[in-house]
Amino acid sequence: MFVYVLKRIGAAVLTLLLIMSITFFLMNAIPGSPFLTEKSTPQQIELANQKYGLDKPLVVQLKNYILNYLKGDLGVSLKMQEGTDVSKLLFHQGKFELSIKLGISAILLAIVIGIPLGCIAAYNRGSWIDGFLRVMTTVGVAIPTFVLATLLLIYFGVKHPVLPTNSGSLTDFKSMIMPIISLSFYYVCYIAKLTRTSMLDAINQDYIRTARAKGVKTRWIVLKHALRNSLIPVVTYLGPVTAGIITGSFVVESTFQIPGLGKYFVNSILSRDYPVIMATTVVLAALVIFMNLVVDIVYKMIDPRITLTNKEG
Amino acid sequence: MEEAKKLLEVRNLKKYFPVKTGAFRKKQYVKAVEDVSLDIYKGETLGLVGESGCGKTTLGRTIIRLYEPTSGKIVYDGQTIYDSENHIAVDMLPYRRKKQIIFQDPSASLDPRMTVGEIIGEALDIHKLYPGKAERRERINELLDAVGLNTEHSNRFPHEFSGGQQQRIGIARALAVDPEFIVCDEPISALDVSIQSQVVNMLEDLQEKLGLTYLFIAHDISVVRHISNRIGVMYLGSLVELADSFELYSHPIHPYTKTLMSAVPIPDPDVTRARQRILLEGEIPSPINPPSGCRFHTRCPYATDECKERTPILKDYGNGHFAACHLLEKA
Repeated sequence: MFVYVLKRIGAAVLTLLLIMSITFFLMNAIPGSPFLTEKSTPQQIELANQKYGLDKPLVVQLKNYILNYLKGDLGVSLKMQEGTDVSKLLFHQGKFELSIKLGISAILLAIVIGIPLGCIAAYNRGSWIDGFLRVMTTVGVAIPTFVLATLLLIYFGVKHPVLPTNSGSLTDFKSMIMPIISLSFYYVCYIAKLTRTSMLDAINQDYIRTARAKGVKTRWIVLKHALRNSLIPVVTYLGPVTAGIITGSFVVESTFQIPGLGKYFVNSILSRDYPVIMATTVVLAALVIFMNLVVDIVYKMIDPRITLTNKEG
Repeated sequence: MEEAKKLLEVRNLKKYFPVKTGAFRKKQYVKAVEDVSLDIYKGETLGLVGESGCGKTTLGRTIIRLYEPTSGKIVYDGQTIYDSENHIAVDMLPYRRKKQIIFQDPSASLDPRMTVGEIIGEALDIHKLYPGKAERRERINELLDAVGLNTEHSNRFPHEFSGGQQQRIGIARALAVDPEFIVCDEPISALDVSIQSQVVNMLEDLQEKLGLTYLFIAHDISVVRHISNRIGVMYLGSLVELADSFELYSHPIHPYTKTLMSAVPIPDPDVTRARQRILLEGEIPSPINPPSGCRFHTRCPYATDECKERTPILKDYGNGHFAACHLLEKA
C-alpha cells in the first residue's frame, strides 16, 4: 500500500511536468502578448518582455518555469495584479479557500441528496416516484448552470428578495444557498441517475436473493448489500468531478459575484497572464491526480476484489 | 413413506410474472408455475426435473416465498403460511429459519463485499442465534468444518475460492440457522463434474446427520434419481408426473416423462442401441400463451381432441404414482 502510494506520487510528478509543458506551449500559441494593448508602443512591449523574461527562447522560459516551480516559486502576475506573487494571489487572498468551500459544499450536497434519490428511484422502480425522479434528473442534467443560476437569482433575489443577489465572500449561510444549489443541481441529478442504474444492476443479483432468504429486512438489503455493491461507478465519477468543481465554478462565481478561483482562472486566460494560467492549471491538475489516487484507495475499501498492486506483467 | 409426516403441503400454487410487450403496454403474464399441488414429507428428498424454463426454479422459490405466490396455498408443518383464498400471508421471518435455499450459481449468490464469516454470521444475527461473540465464532467454525472448509477461511472473501468451495460456503450459510427444509436449486449444475459428486454426497451426509428435508431441483435426471426418494416432473409450469424415484425411472406413465427418460444416456452401448428414443416435435410453447387444455398436447404423439380442451388433473394411479393425463384416465 505504502509503496503503491509512493509510486503513484512519482507518476504524478511526471504527469504534472508533462501538463506544464503542454500548457506552456499552448498558451504561447495563442496570438498576442500580455502587454499588447492599443496604447502601448513597441518599445514599451519590448521593455516589459525583457523585464519578465519573455524575450528569451521558449525552451529557456519553460526550463525557468519548471526550475522555479521545483523551488516553490510560482512567479509573479504580469497583468491582473502586476508584480504580485502568484502563490499569494491564489492562496492568500482567499480565492482558493472560497472555491474549495463552494465546491466541497456542492459535492457534499450532491452526495447526500443524489445517492438517496437514486436508491429511492431504484427501490420504487416503475412507480410514479421513479417516473418523477427520472424526469427531474433528466431535466437537471440538461439545464445549463447559468440558466438555473439566473432563474434562482430572479426568483429568490429579485421577485421575492429573501436571499442576497451578491454572495460576495460567502460569509453567511444565506449567501451560500443559491450558489451551492446552482452548482450542485447538475451533480445531484447525475449522481442520482448513476446510483439508480447501478443499484438496479445490484438488486437483480443472486446475493440479494440470498440475503432475502436469510431473512434480512428489505431496508437493510438495500443499504447493506445493494448500495455497497453499486457505489463503484459513483466513486469513479466523484473523483475527477470534485477536483473540477473546485476550479470550474466560473459561471456560478460570476453570476453570484463570488471572487473565487474559477472566475480568476478564466480572467487570467483572457488577459494572457501567463504565470497565473500556469499556476491555476498546475493546481487543478494536481487536484485531479490527487482525487484519482483517493478514488483508487476508496475502491479498495469498498470492494475487496480490487487489489492495489501494479505488479509487473 | 405413507406413515411419514407431511412437512409441506402445496395446493394449486400459481406464480405469474408480469411482462410488458409492445408499445401498447398490454399487460401479459409469464405463467411460470400453473396450478401445482404437491406434498413433501419429513426427511425425504423430493427431486424436481424438467427442461430449462419449465418453472422448477420458480416453484422452488415460491414455495419458500422468496417470490410472492400469485395464488394458491402453502402449509408448512401444519401452519398455513400463505393462502390466497383466505388472504393469509404470514410474516416469513420465523420461517426463514426453518426453510432455506441453496442457489445454482455459487459465485453470484455470495455478496462479494462480505467475508465468509460475515456471510454466514449475518443470518445468525438476524435470527438472534448465538449472541455471544465467542459462541458465534464457534458456530461459524463448526459450520465451515461441517462443509469441509478450514476455519481460517472465514476471514477471506468469496472470490478467493473455487466454485466448489463457494458452493460449500453457500451450503454452510443455508445450514447456519438450523433449517428443517432446504430447497436445493440446481446446486451442482454450475460445478465441475469432478466436484458434483462430492457436493451431492455431502448433501446426503448432512441430510442424514441433521434430519433435513430436501426439494432437489435439477435438470440432470441421473443425479436426481441418485439423491431423491420421489421425483416430480414438470412441463411448462405444471407438474405432470410424481412418483417414487425407482418407479418413475422404470415405469414412467406420462408421455412426456417417457420421452424424457428415453433421452437419459445409459452407460451400456448394447442397451442404448436396442432402445428406441422418442423424439418430440416442435419447440416448447411460450409460457405467456400456453396451449389450452393439457399443456403438452401440441407435442404429444397421442393427443386427442379432449386434450386440447380439458386440463387433466394429477391423479393417483396406485402406490403414490401420480400423473396428469387424459389417456391414463381412460386406460
